[in-house]
Amino acid sequence: MMAVNKCADAVVIGGGVVGASIAYHLAKRGFGRIVLVERSYLASGSTGRCGAGVRQQWGAKLNCLLARESVRMFERMDDELGYDRSIEFKQGGYLLLAYTDREMNQFIKNVELERSLGIPASLLTPAEAKAIVPMLNTSDVLCATYCPTDGHANPFHVTYAYAGAARRLGAEVMTFTEVKGIVVENGKVARVVCDKGNMDTRVVVNAAGPYSGLVARMVGLEIPFWAERHQILVTEPVEPVLRPMVMSFSRRIYCQQTPHGSFVMGMGDPNEPHGFSTESSWKFVVEMAREITRVLPPVGNLKVVRQWAGLYDMTPDAHPILGATPVEGFYLACGFSGHGFMLAPVTGQLLAEVICGEEPSIDITGLNLGRFERGELVVEPSVV
Amino acid sequence: MACAKPASEGARGGCEGEAGARDLVVICRCEDVTLDEIRDLIARGYTTVEEIKRITRCGMGPCQGRTCRQLVLAEIARATGKDIASVAPGRFRPPTKPVRLGGAVAGAPDSDNEGIEGDGGEQVR
Ligand SMILES: Cc1cc2nc3c(=O)[nH]c(=O)nc-3n(C[C@H](O)[C@H](O)[C@H](O)COP(=O)(O)OP(=O)(O)OC[C@H]3O[C@@H](n4cnc5c(N)ncnc54)[C@H](O)[C@@H]3O)c2cc1C
Repeated sequence: MMAVNKCADAVVIGGGVVGASIAYHLAKRGFGRIVLVERSYLASGSTGRCGAGVRQQWGAKLNCLLARESVRMFERMDDELGYDRSIEFKQGGYLLLAYTDREMNQFIKNVELERSLGIPASLLTPAEAKAIVPMLNTSDVLCATYCPTDGHANPFHVTYAYAGAARRLGAEVMTFTEVKGIVVENGKVARVVCDKGNMDTRVVVNAAGPYSGLVARMVGLEIPFWAERHQILVTEPVEPVLRPMVMSFSRRIYCQQTPHGSFVMGMGDPNEPHGFSTESSWKFVVEMAREITRVLPPVGNLKVVRQWAGLYDMTPDAHPILGATPVEGFYLACGFSGHGFMLAPVTGQLLAEVICGEEPSIDITGLNLGRFERGELVVEPSVV
Repeated sequence: MACAKPASEGARGGCEGEAGARDLVVICRCEDVTLDEIRDLIARGYTTVEEIKRITRCGMGPCQGRTCRQLVLAEIARATGKDIASVAPGRFRPPTKPVRLGGAVAGAPDSDNEGIEGDGGEQVR
């Protein structure tokens, strides 16, 4: 293929849900010529492998605010993006289970915080939890929290909807195109070097998911960041029987029934080494099955039709790194630590605001790269 | 099921429209995906098995694409003028045969699980 050289006002690297959302929000603001570059197909990375859950129940105020805004955006997304299919946003709620005193005390604090921010979460007794999920085994459950407006959406459709809307607003989406290098001149980004040619640009957004550390190195930035495999599986579809996403931090599991009828479930492994492996293992199926049949016994009757793995893009404080960097024109939107799908809508909006020089609608200065040097980590007690 | 999603957008109409013969050709039996829908996506530039699978669920049902994958490959090859052998078949994911979760707990394959292969299936035996 002939190399083509182009000019752009902004190049967004990574065609996952985050990059697609940023490209759309920049195009919507009329930032100029926007190019979204993806080395494979759209949603081929973590996005297409994720559990796609969307929750507003967090222990850190900033996460609550970001997730609350994203939920509002998911609610009107089909219309806003003029998508010809559906992003399948189902608000069946999230039911979080507490098995230890520590978890219970944290949940009590979380619900107080969430309610103060207008998030309709509540603390439930095991019996109240069972009324919402009749198949729940409540022995050992101390309490639960539930937020009915949490839910999940289809990650492929959300990404394709953002990319399609960006395209209609004039953005260019280049799939099967890999960024190989970024040229910095006088401390400012000047050019993106791709396998299909070069692009002159003054703005580059790094939304390369688990590969963001490698992309940051292209401008000489080291970011505190690692990739970590997480496994997940899906069962055959059955009649709708489970409304909310069920999750436990101490058991490190989550399980949901999609609108299509299949059950999707995943489990974290505290001993997982850092790295880019996306192999799936039988050990995961066995451990997942053991945990889930304790929490939701009837699920043991379902058959697994597919299992796979994807990468979390982790930071030391499990919060994303968002915003400008010491390299002028180089922005970061990475490090989502296992919850980047739900944060993608609001992230796209906030990054576009920052890049366009507007006052961001939620203050995200605490999430910039400088926090690690300043030692100002943001603590989130509630992650799987 | 087919009516729950816009079968094939655009001029040809959905499943309630003036259904032409191609509308009735089902490529993926598990997920109810028609030939028309596949051709429509290919025409819109989605020329990989991976993309078509993710948009339509074609090949994601209980049989995991045993029938439809070849048919989709043939359609892509025809539309792009490529040799079918050079069209990437997409990833096959384990297990190769559906496995009951309850059976996995026991560690040993139950009657449904006999014959599962690959991907560390041996580790439990
Ligand atoms: C098993 C699992 C379950 C999860 N569950 C949830 C959940 O329930 N809720 C939730 O909110 N989040 C969840 N996540 C996290 C979520 O998937 C991610 O945070 C989110 O998808 C990140 O999106 P992204 O666009 O930043 O990254 P990605 O989707 O990985 O996109 C980055 C893209 O950049 C491309 N790229 C990389 N390098 C280059 C280059 N040099 N040139 C061009 N392109 C490049 C890659 O090909 C990739 O497509 C889960 C993740 C996993 C693995």
